[in-house]
Amino acid sequence: MKTIIGLEIHCQLTTATKLFCGCSTDYQNDPPNTHVCPVCLGLPGTMPSINRRAVEYALRVAKALHLEVPEVSEFARKNYFYPDLPKGYQITQYDKPLAVNGYFEIEDDGGAERKIRLTRIHLEEDPGRLVHKGGGDRPKYSLVDYNRSGIPLIEIVTEPDLRSPKEARRFINRLRTILEYLGVFDGEREGGLRIDANISIEGSDRVEIKNISSYKGVEKALTFEITRQKNLIRRGLKVVRETRHFQEARGITTSSRGKEEEHDYRYFPEPDLSPLMVHGWLEGIDLPELPTARRDRFMRDYGISLNHARTLTGAIRLADFYERVARELEPVFAATWVADTLLGEVNYRGMDISEVRPEPFIDLIRMVAEGAVTDRSAVDVLRIMLDQCMEGRICEAPSEIITRLNLGKTVGDDYAEIIREVISANPQAVEDLGSGRKEALNFLVGQVMKATRGRADPLELGRLIMDLLKEEGV
Amino acid sequence: MVSDKDVEHIAQLADIGITKDDLREFTVQFNAILDYFDILDGVTGEEQGEDSLCNVLREDDGTPSLPQEDVLGNAGSTEDGFIRAPRVM
Amino acid sequence: MAVQEIPWTPEDHYNAFITICGEAPAGKTGRLAGVPVAVKDNISTQGIRTTCGSRILENYIPPYDAHVVTLLSNEGAAIVGKTNMDEFGMGTTTETSAYGPVLNPVDPTRVPGGSSGGSAAAVAAGMVPMALGTDTGGSIRCPAAFCGIVGLKPTYGRVSRFGLIAYANSLEQIGPMARTVRDVSHMMEVITSVHDPRDSTCRAQPYTHIPQSDIAGMRIGVPVECFGEGVDLRVAESVRSAIGVLEGLGAEILECSIPSMAYALAAYYVICTSEASSNLARFDGVRYGPDVDVKKVWHEAYRDVRMAGFGTEVRRRILLGTFALSAGYHGKYYTKAQVARQNVCRDFTRILSDVDVIAGPTMPTLPFRLGEKTDPLSMYFTDILTVPANLAGIPAISVPCGRVDGLPVGLQVMGRRFDEERVVDVAYAYEQEVQA
Repeated sequence: MKTIIGLEIHCQLTTATKLFCGCSTDYQNDPPNTHVCPVCLGLPGTMPSINRRAVEYALRVAKALHLEVPEVSEFARKNYFYPDLPKGYQITQYDKPLAVNGYFEIEDDGGAERKIRLTRIHLEEDPGRLVHKGGGDRPKYSLVDYNRSGIPLIEIVTEPDLRSPKEARRFINRLRTILEYLGVFDGEREGGLRIDANISIEGSDRVEIKNISSYKGVEKALTFEITRQKNLIRRGLKVVRETRHFQEARGITTSSRGKEEEHDYRYFPEPDLSPLMVHGWLEGIDLPELPTARRDRFMRDYGISLNHARTLTGAIRLADFYERVARELEPVFAATWVADTLLGEVNYRGMDISEVRPEPFIDLIRMVAEGAVTDRSAVDVLRIMLDQCMEGRICEAPSEIITRLNLGKTVGDDYAEIIREVISANPQAVEDLGSGRKEALNFLVGQVMKATRGRADPLELGRLIMDLLKEEGV
Repeated sequence: MVSDKDVEHIAQLADIGITKDDLREFTVQFNAILDYFDILDGVTGEEQGEDSLCNVLREDDGTPSLPQEDVLGNAGSTEDGFIRAPRVM
Repeated sequence: MAVQEIPWTPEDHYNAFITICGEAPAGKTGRLAGVPVAVKDNISTQGIRTTCGSRILENYIPPYDAHVVTLLSNEGAAIVGKTNMDEFGMGTTTETSAYGPVLNPVDPTRVPGGSSGGSAAAVAAGMVPMALGTDTGGSIRCPAAFCGIVGLKPTYGRVSRFGLIAYANSLEQIGPMARTVRDVSHMMEVITSVHDPRDSTCRAQPYTHIPQSDIAGMRIGVPVECFGEGVDLRVAESVRSAIGVLEGLGAEILECSIPSMAYALAAYYVICTSEASSNLARFDGVRYGPDVDVKKVWHEAYRDVRMAGFGTEVRRRILLGTFALSAGYHGKYYTKAQVARQNVCRDFTRILSDVDVIAGPTMPTLPFRLGEKTDPLSMYFTDILTVPANLAGIPAISVPCGRVDGLPVGLQVMGRRFDEERVVDVAYAYEQEVQA
């Protein structure tokens, strides 16, 4: 049974001010209703005026995703009542959107590049934020914060071209990366991206899932919904055409039937705004380097592998971080440390690369390059650094951690005593080694490493053990 | 012809409470008014005018927001800086 | 700027005001230094309640000033009070106000016209020398005509609407009302003096004009439709003789025709009610207005607030507009009305490329008796001569042109977009001639 998925993705643009007024968009850590003016509060008598940068940002996205920009586009009112909506309508775009007919390439489940067609991109204002008061499933009333009211959003609508939840997630991740590269979106911002999904099993009716607000949620919601729909079909039941809500915490979708009446949004052109004629602006928009181009440049300029280049350009902040490190250290060596070691540790902790300061990391890796610390000790130090950073503790410099834990690489004579002890404690291994069994050396090196808690360089240890045995005439 | 039912439906869309008496009166009046509006059926021509204004935009420059007390000042009921509103579920 | 307090506590015999400030700060310098000015109660005034003539805004105090109010204050005017009006501007008589009807100072048994009836009565009764009104389909010109004063509806986009509580955004303008053309012109200068970027439909075209009475050689069009069915013959006669005066001053009078006027009234009511149904959606009792019952589900709670807060005419127009925009009817009503509107625009553009201004009666009848008109449709018909200027966005002035049975008649002069100057000159020439 073929699965058909289309997405509507709303993302907040990172302009300095709101879409239709001069209130700041930087409200995330501020008390409610402190970034609000008569316009975004919807006070009687106020009028919207369009933020030029929001239009430019949306056009940047349109150009990057190969959409056409029609001669004329206009804003329209979508009329409906909801307590987060201060004017009783949302200013959005309806039959004359900013951009139409584009595409976006992703890898399908088999790893091949595939075009996902984009229907349209339009600009609209975010409503306020609701907090439900009162217990559990039956809230007593709502609280409204209008700080979010009027934040510029673009809505990106795809054709029903996606075939699996995994693919949908890849699409979202790739889109997020592109939007961040374009400098119009901040993926770390809470609630910055919200998704509605249309999903059907071929031959059955379509279901709309609303209210998906995380990247992981997309895959979860769609997987749940496909299972539910397929089960209905297997049991010979009909999939009802409806709107369902995704309950993030429970990982399920629930029907909103009966709770919402049929919608008749009574769209008409916003009379307080004149049309946009911005087709001609496209030419003047210079796109920044996008992920694919950057990936190719990384391979060319730094000589790193396709895999590393792809990983490192997968998020703009990671790519920036890598380039910062590669300026100071040998690029291939730097790529291994950033893409394999650091990224793994960061992801394991659920951190973002932007939380890691590049300078101490560079100091640490430089010590590895110079042979002052072993790979294994460096990983230990890195873990301590990340833990400190994540827990908000004072971050020690890598050299301090190394000194404190005595992790500095020790050479030569410092180990002689330990090696002697290992040799006398393992006569069988020594004998095996003497009779030509090379694996015995690895065993002895392992024992010494264990005793030095990994501070020693294994290659060097092997040499030392052989020297000592020779000396003693074994 | 619109019926009581149509008017009731419209009242629901518009979130306007309506009494039985209102409903009867509005339905009669609407039919008279809509009859008159039917004159528009005979109109022909272009919807689009020679609207010369376009691209009226402002720069992305900040202007002061209201003090929180002014935002809340006209609201019937507030709580911890929020405005209270009816429940939605 | 030096500030003085103007004490102002008049007897309001005609119920012209909803709010009287008692004491109003005024500048000692500026073009309107110390002049008491009344402001229609749908124009936002910081710290002074602004009701729109509605119960739903009974206690609403705006935290900001409308652009025009800022400009008046900057020129030293004293905002002495907020004038009574049809609720949200929806009426032709000022009888739909939740604060009681305004009486016509010329004859207190008659309506002052609407919806800026309070502003017109305040000026006509001599309470203030000038007032601001707003005009969506005749709401400045109708009460000016009925009360025997001068009122100008500016070109759409000449005066900032920021702070005007919207009834029908694409049609309305704020404009001056006064006893003389000179005062109207003076006030017009002040309210267009500084461009307002907050109104995206407003252009930077300040009006700076001193009225001229020389109109010799001016071409004046007189549309046959303005003297057609429904126009009181005595009104028509007064207006024709006023046009005769203009001819006597050297103007050339040319008969013309506006065929699209047949559809203008229907188009106007579809458009204004559609826009109003959306504009008035924000009155839900959450951010302002009467307390909404937060324990109820939102639709139910809003329905209660909006049933209690809005008067009958307002609810009727919200429902009409909701219907005109609703699925299945949008094309039949809203879209067709837009086409009709463009036809009106084109007719005026054509005529005004041949003549300089168009003249005719402002209202088809004399002021009605209070309570005389009860049927909504027959009330709507009385706007037939004023709505075309709103549909076309052109300037139009009403200037008194004599009386019939002691009741005032208004001469309406319409002009090209952004050509208020010529419209004012024709009104001024007539006024000066009949005064002399």
